[in-house]
Amino acid sequence: MSPLKIKKGTSKHSAYDLRDPNSDVVESHTLAVVVDNEAGVLARVIGLFSGRGYNIESLTVAEIDHLGHRSRITVVTRGTPSVIEQIKAQLGRIVPVHEVHDLTAEGASVERELALFKVAGIGEKRVEALRLADIFRANVVDSTLESFVFEITGTPEKVDAFADLMRPLGLKEVARTGVAALARGTA
Amino acid sequence: MKKSMTGAKMVVQALKDQGVEVVFGYPGGAVLPIYDEIFQQNEIRHILVRHEQAAVHAAEGYARSTGKVGVALVTSGPGATNAVTGLTDALMDSIPIIVLSGQVPTFMIGNDAFQEADTVGITRPCTKHNWLVKETDRLSGIIHEAFHVALSGRPGPVLVDIPKDVQFASGTYMPKEKARTAHYQPRVKGDIEMITDLAKAMAKAERPILYTGGGVINSGPRATELLRELAALTGFPVTSTLMGLGAYPASGKQWLGMLGMHGLYEANMAMHGCDLMINVGARFDDRITGRVQDFSPHSQKAHIDIDPSSINKVIHVDMPIIGDVAHVLEDLLTVWKAQGSKTNAEGLSKWWKKIDEWRAVDCLKFEQTGKIIKPQHAIARLEALTKDRDRYICTEVGQHQMWAAQYMGFEAPNRWMTSGGLGTMGYGHPASIGVQMAHPDALVINVAGEASWLMNMQELGTAIQYHLPVKQFILNNERLGMVRQWQELLHGERYSQSWSEALPDFVKLAEAFGAKGIQCADPADLDDAIMEMLNHDGPVVFDCLVEKHENCFPMIPSGEPHNKMLLGAASTKDAIGAKGAVMV
Repeated sequence: MSPLKIKKGTSKHSAYDLRDPNSDVVESHTLAVVVDNEAGVLARVIGLFSGRGYNIESLTVAEIDHLGHRSRITVVTRGTPSVIEQIKAQLGRIVPVHEVHDLTAEGASVERELALFKVAGIGEKRVEALRLADIFRANVVDSTLESFVFEITGTPEKVDAFADLMRPLGLKEVARTGVAALARGTA
Repeated sequence: MKKSMTGAKMVVQALKDQGVEVVFGYPGGAVLPIYDEIFQQNEIRHILVRHEQAAVHAAEGYARSTGKVGVALVTSGPGATNAVTGLTDALMDSIPIIVLSGQVPTFMIGNDAFQEADTVGITRPCTKHNWLVKETDRLSGIIHEAFHVALSGRPGPVLVDIPKDVQFASGTYMPKEKARTAHYQPRVKGDIEMITDLAKAMAKAERPILYTGGGVINSGPRATELLRELAALTGFPVTSTLMGLGAYPASGKQWLGMLGMHGLYEANMAMHGCDLMINVGARFDDRITGRVQDFSPHSQKAHIDIDPSSINKVIHVDMPIIGDVAHVLEDLLTVWKAQGSKTNAEGLSKWWKKIDEWRAVDCLKFEQTGKIIKPQHAIARLEALTKDRDRYICTEVGQHQMWAAQYMGFEAPNRWMTSGGLGTMGYGHPASIGVQMAHPDALVINVAGEASWLMNMQELGTAIQYHLPVKQFILNNERLGMVRQWQELLHGERYSQSWSEALPDFVKLAEAFGAKGIQCADPADLDDAIMEMLNHDGPVVFDCLVEKHENCFPMIPSGEPHNKMLLGAASTKDAIGAKGAVMV
């Protein structure tokens, strides 16, 4: 089966699709969607996902260019290769969407997430929490005599691992930003 | 020099600058300033419909029959929600229309004000794009942008929601030329390498077929010319979806008729048996493919579509070509001629022999016997008596729609207005009004079923008010015929709620509105009655009493592939399995 044969950058479709299009293996993909920063644009993007039955595993959005009125939406989604291609094509159809990048398919990328963890405890547990936070290079951003708020930055896997460790030590509350991602290199 | 004017005036000015001649609409509190401006000018005609849904369908009919953008104007709240069906219809069939809706003043938005609805929220999934205008300075620019978006790329409906204070306030008018359009420029040229591959495949093909769709018509008259040139040059057989009828002439010798669920035997068999399928502006809709796993199993497939999301959505293709039909066909013909390509004459002649065998089955044959009019006969007579006229056909949705598609021949594009994707009962009557507005001297007929027609029958008032001589040709079987057919085939002949009880007397109904009513029940009177309808200078409601239990054939049962067609009543027993019954 032939891929769409479109040069990178000339289209909103990924050109480097060498996977079996008929595979039913579900993959996780990180998409970066650059949009006009206008009212309702996020609703358009997430409405597309809910309306067409696609998954959203993580979503972050913020303005990235104030003068150019551009925002960047980073979506982590799951689906078979053909569903992922559909998602990209459907995103590309939205009028205020300027670029759709499949960071998972377009080469190496870095993904980072920021999370805040509130851990309450005293005595040995409190000391252990602080020690593990140090190992994970988490910062203490708030402290009382009975609790900490840790700030941790890293891949989603690292944040998950830290959450697993904090749970028996008195984890009370978690806030995560979702993934922000960029392609590596100059491209 | 910058022009300052009120928002309401801007709306009218922007429509004029876009060349709009007709607006279909219905006034209300939130659009009064715009209606005040409409009152004070004569360039744009306003057609007062009887329901906002009809305004949108009329705009669709206008757009489809002209290739221009259709315009509807509705008020806030219920005006906007009534427009939703029409917007969704236009989205599914890729029809360029613009709906202007009034909105409560900006300072009241979100307060559950009188006739407030979250119009941009409600219409977001059923428009190509929509805008809520919060500043008068941006209003005209947005309207111009809206026209650009509606017509560019794959056409579709757009909506501009205009709060009442924005209509009253003054601002600077932005001329059409300065509006923002650069951000939305879908590519129209196809990939030349892929086009070359297709040309090569065409030269080799033994059993090719051109499968054409609404994209040919949306691309404009040039696409139709090029398609005809391509067909003439190659001698390939041509079939079309419901949306694409007329792009290739029905009288053309390579014409196989419509394909799909109720398509012709020869068209579907050729689709199933081909070795090269060239999809020109169609989208592998489920009415076309039948069971996807068994769809045309031995063919190489090329797909020309302006919308990248149509590619590989349903059917995986070997040669995807993203671009506008006219641009791609132009390049394809250039490549074909430049390479001095020739078709595989031997293969092609065998293929045509096979197709002729399928044609010989004569899948549309029927016998008009007895004293009751067969619906197929009614359509066939309507066709015979009107085909040489300057004619536009609209339909509602159901059996009559399929019979019209099967038994009427279309020689040119933009002559056939039917709700394909959404299947909107109630579409045809208001659409016929839109078509007649665009073509005042043409013969405009809406082929209808009695149930569909009643869904928007109030538009007879509109036809009377504006002297629009639309002909409502109703096949009256006192049934929801297509529902009844499915209940017969799939639900043990339990005809749950599928008959039309307490029908009005259509002749009296017509007369009550001031139109002409004709009833015909006898096959012997049919031609005279049709001629009476055609000769009447004004709207006519034609109540054609037809056989009540006629089923529409051929039919691909849901969940079956193309080569498992049912040709008539004898083949229907246990034709649809449990899996097929789940599909619609």
